[in-house]
Order: sequence, then C-alpha cells, then structure tokens
Amino acid sequence: MLALGKRIDDRGVHDFREMKLEIGLIERACGSALINLGKTKVMVGVKVEEGEPFPDTPNEGVLTVNAELVPLASPSFEPGPPNENAIELARVVDRGIRESKAIDLKELCIQPRKKVFVVFIDVYVLDHDGNLIDASSIASLAALLSAKMNEYDIKNGEVVYKPGLKKLTIQNHPVAVTLAKIGKSLVVDPSLDEEQVMSARLTVISDKDGRICAMQKGGAEALSIEDVKQGVAITLSRASEIRSRIMEAVRT
Amino acid sequence: MYVEKKQLVAPGEILAEGKYLSGENTHREGERIYSSRVGVVDLVGDRLGVIPLKGRYIPHVGDVVVGRIVDIAMSGWIVDIEAPYPALLPASETFGHRGPRGRMDLSRMFDVGDLVVSEVLAFDRTRDPLITAKGPGLGKITGGRIIELSPTKVPRLIGRKGSMISLIKKGTGANIVVGQNGIILVSGRSRDSENAAIHAIRMIEREAHTRGLTDRIQVMLRTKMRGE
Amino acid sequence: MKVGVLDKADGSAYIEQGKNRILVAVYGPREAHPKHIALPHRAVLRCRYHMAPFSTPERKSPAPSRREQELSKVIREALEPAVLSEYYPRTTIDLFIEVLQSDGGTRCAGITGASLALADAGIPMRGLVAATAVGKIAGKIALDLSDTEDKQGEADMPVAIMPKSNVVTLIQMDGTLTHEEFEEGFDIAVKTCHTIHEQQKAVLKERYLAIKEEVEEKSETAKGEEEE
Repeated sequence: MLALGKRIDDRGVHDFREMKLEIGLIERACGSALINLGKTKVMVGVKVEEGEPFPDTPNEGVLTVNAELVPLASPSFEPGPPNENAIELARVVDRGIRESKAIDLKELCIQPRKKVFVVFIDVYVLDHDGNLIDASSIASLAALLSAKMNEYDIKNGEVVYKPGLKKLTIQNHPVAVTLAKIGKSLVVDPSLDEEQVMSARLTVISDKDGRICAMQKGGAEALSIEDVKQGVAITLSRASEIRSRIMEAVRT
Repeated sequence: MYVEKKQLVAPGEILAEGKYLSGENTHREGERIYSSRVGVVDLVGDRLGVIPLKGRYIPHVGDVVVGRIVDIAMSGWIVDIEAPYPALLPASETFGHRGPRGRMDLSRMFDVGDLVVSEVLAFDRTRDPLITAKGPGLGKITGGRIIELSPTKVPRLIGRKGSMISLIKKGTGANIVVGQNGIILVSGRSRDSENAAIHAIRMIEREAHTRGLTDRIQVMLRTKMRGE
Repeated sequence: MKVGVLDKADGSAYIEQGKNRILVAVYGPREAHPKHIALPHRAVLRCRYHMAPFSTPERKSPAPSRREQELSKVIREALEPAVLSEYYPRTTIDLFIEVLQSDGGTRCAGITGASLALADAGIPMRGLVAATAVGKIAGKIALDLSDTEDKQGEADMPVAIMPKSNVVTLIQMDGTLTHEEFEEGFDIAVKTCHTIHEQQKAVLKERYLAIKEEVEEKSETAKGEEEE
C-alpha cells in the first residue's frame, strides 16, 4: 500500500496527523500544554523555581527535561524509574530546546555561583499511539511559549517578587519532525502501528531559521545514506508548518 | 571469485559474485556472497564457505561432547556442554537405570561437578539439547586431563578422516577423547605422553589456519617423545 | 586498536583514539538470564556503555547516568543491524563497553571497538560497523573533536556506518548546522568511517597473519635445513 503513496489511515507519506494543542490546563504550573497528535496524548508542564547553578556554568540558569512513560498510557509501559526509552525521549527534547538556545539561560541568573532559576520541563505521556518525540517536543515548545512566572526584581542577590506576571523569554522555536522507514518509504509522524513495522526512525529538530539543532536515529535497523539526506530535507520542509500551528495555538 | 582458497577474511568481505553457493558462515545478498565471520575461505565444488577461527559451540545431533553436571533435575541431570544452551541428560539415557529414581539415587550415579562424555541425541531451534550417556565410549569420566580448545578448531584437530588425531595418538601413545564442543580428555601412560599430546593440541589451536601444520606436528612429536 | 585482549570474554577489543581509552567485551551467545527476555527466533543483543569513575577530569559517580543509559541504547541500535542474530535463538549476546579514559567521541570509539569485539567472538555478522564524529568549530567542519573542542564547538555529529552495504546505523547531532553544513559534515563522516573500516579488518586479521608468517617461515627454513 505504501508503494502507492498511501498509509493505513489515508494520510500522505509526508503528512502529520491531526493535531490539537490545549494551553494552560494546569494552573499550578507556570506553563502547560496538552497535545493530541492523532491518538497520541502528551501533557507537558513547565515549572520555574529557584535553585543552584551547575558548577561549570555558574552564571547560567538550569534547564532540565524529564519524561515519564506513565503505565496508563500503554499496555507496554511498566511502573518504575524511567527506562531507556523515557530517557532517550527526554534527552532528545532537551537537546532541541538547549541547542537552539530557545531559553536564554544567562537571563535566569540571580546570583552567580549561588542562585539561578531552574526551568523544569516535565513530559508526561498519557496515551501512546506513536511518535512520542514530536508530540513531546511540540507540546514542550507550546508550554514554554505560554509559561508565565511572577514578576520580580533582583536585590542584593535575592529574588523579590512583585505583583504581575511575565512570560519567559523564548527566543527560538525548535520543532521536531520524525520519519519512519517502512519498506522503501519514509513516512512522517509514524503512528504506533507504523512504528511497530518500521525498520528505523530519524528525528530532526530544526529552529526558526531552518538550522538543524538536533538529530537522532533510532530503531534496530539501518538507514541508507540517501534516506538520511532525503529525510533531513523532508523534515526541514515540514517543520515550518508545524511551527506556525504552534504559534497560532499559543496566541489564542 | 574475489578471494583465494585459504585466504583470511573478515565479516562483510565480499567472497564472490555469480554462480557460487552460499555455504557455512557466509551470507548472500543478491548476486554477491559475503563472509559472516573472521576465518579462512573454503571452496568445495561450487560451495563457498568460511572456516571460522573463533566461536561458541552449537550442538549437532550425533556430536560427541564432554560436559559437566551442573544440576540434578526431576528425572535426569542438567549438563554444561559449553554451548549457549544447557543440555539435558535423562536418567533413561544412562546404563544401570531401572524405573524412577529419587534425587539421592541420581546424585549417586552422576553428581554435580562430575564430567561425562555423551552424545547429542536431539537439538533444534526450539529446545535445549538432549544428550545420552548410553553407548560405547560414553559415560562418567574418572581420570585424565581436560583441555579446552576453541570448538572451531576441532575439525583441524581431528583432521581429514581422523588423520591428525591418529597421528597424535600414535605419536604419544595417549588416549584422547575429542568432544566436538572443544573439551578434550587426554589420558596417557605417562606424564610425558600426556604433555606431548597437550602440546600438540595447543599447537593446532594456534596454527589451525596455516599450511604445513601436519608436518610440524610430526616433527614436534618425534622430538618430544625422543626423551622417553 | 587491538582484539583478543581479555581472557574470559568470548570476544574483546581495546581502542585508543586521542586520549580515549576504551575496553569492549562480548559474552555470547549465551543462555539468557533472566529467561523471559529470550526471543524464540533470534538472539537478544544487550549493551552496557559505562564510564569508569576515573575516566573524566572530575571523578564521575559509578552509578549509570541518564547519558550512559541513552548511549547504551543508541550503541546497541548501531550494532544490531550488523549482527546475524537469527543463528542463535533463545540466547543473549552481551556487549560491555567500559570507558577507561574519556576525551570526546567515546560513543564512536565504543561502536568501532564493539564491532571488533563481536567479530573477535566469532559472532556471525553482515559486516563491521565503523563510527566517527564530525563537528563544527569556529564555523568550520572538523573531524573527531576532543572534549574541549566539543564544549567550545558549535556542533557535534556522531555517525556510524556499515561500509559493506554503505548504510547508516547511527546518526545523532546536537548544536547548530545549516542544511549545507550538515551535508558537508555527513559526507566527510561517511568517508572517514570507510577508512576506519579498513583498519578494523586489518586488526582482526593481524594476529592470525603474524602466526601464519612465523610458522610458515620456520617451516620453509626447517625444510631447507633438512634438505641440506
């Protein structure tokens, strides 16, 4: 069927599934987003708290991404500490945000070497129907863009909060696009069924200027050199469309 | 054909293209045949194979193997035959067995740690190998020395139609039981005869892929046994 | 690069690249423990990438970090396409990569070494996998960055290839690259992997060739002396 350019759900090979983004459902979080990508559901929460900087970056805030493959999301998820898939998911999403410098970490410094703001991005997978990476990456960006924290001044190396809310300064918009290789075809945004028959996958995260900030090949088989080159080209062309949809969802 | 007989090859190296057959330790992709392991090229008629230099033992029905009892099961013993699969020696496959036996009786026949020469009765991809200790030359080992050899070198140790192993047996006077799984039992009339046999085995292990080995073994045995 | 450096492992390799010192061991195919992870039709490949506490400038805790867990996964996925696991159903092939000293690019050196260790163990493979990382420093594409270069650089892209069929088994990237820079770096990485592959093949054969030379030469001179 794929050879004819059609997929089981009637999508074109380069089409994303229907995407719905809901912003701000979790009031207790600074920012949150729930994405429905086809039947995949991922919730991302952003929290900003005071903390300590890393010793090798004393003047910078800290970004930390964690992902949980919650057991209720899939018959194949078991309770317990994050396994290799959850860790890979978190680290790939992290790379996209970090390498694109979406968050200005220097701006989050309160007192060098002592106090900084820590941005926690927690990815919570609620329903696994494929392509957790893209879903998580899109929802993370939406959560960051809509995140608000209390207005503050820094006096004598301490944070003094004042009334009002401010948005985080997000200066780049990384978007992940994942392709799965099935037979000889490369398909965008694989569903779970497609992931189960794919030979390998390639994720490319690009920024608002079309530059590549992260890549990750996954899967137990190989990709041809052509697959990789073609894959990168396809993802770059799809990313801008996804980006505009995110921006639109956040605006409303 | 891109390689010569007896040439040393690595996995993924192309051996030939066209009318050849893909033999042991090779794989075919389209028109081309590639080596799957580090080894020496072998050509028999149209069949291209690679004789590997290292690898774990995979049981074949009919193989004589030397194993060690590691556990006593319900009606037999679990035997380590140095394969990725544990072997089962049912009590019914030993002499002196009459009716069901308790664990105590079984351990009196073969206890954990005992060595046994056995033959592979059955093995396939879906279950662990079944072995027997009933038969000439099979049974518990009571004396001698055990040498471990890479199982891939066993054919060279035996030689064509048993020529190499006979050479060593005659040249040293030692009795040698060769397990296809690379476990060899050597028992000689004297320490020297055992040592000479062991030396020969080690030489074959090291030089299996070279030419003129039989001559060198002959020379070595002559010199070693001259001391007797 | 060296193979066969460890005694107990079925296959092993040691690789030094810049200041990196990495030891790789393969155990397998062997019985699956725990049994429930075994697959009925093929071997399960498991991989553990781990950095020794003294491998980094500041002591690293021996507990596996998230980075080590991710790398264990991607390295396994880089080698899986190369292993002919159907030969050994219901077993595991365990790969252990220990970084004794690290200076950037350890996952690539680890993959290159792991291919050698797998081949050394006699595990059937479609081909060897070679890996290298390209990066961008001061706007220019560069090969095999050291740790300091990576920290100061603008991009790092590790790539692993199976040169036999010219397929990519690993590609990751972090940093910033334009589409053109990516293509340039990718092409350089592929070419470099082919060069590393030639070295891998040579290393796998060298001990056997050395023995061959040594004994066949001796045979020649011995024959010569006998004839005299």
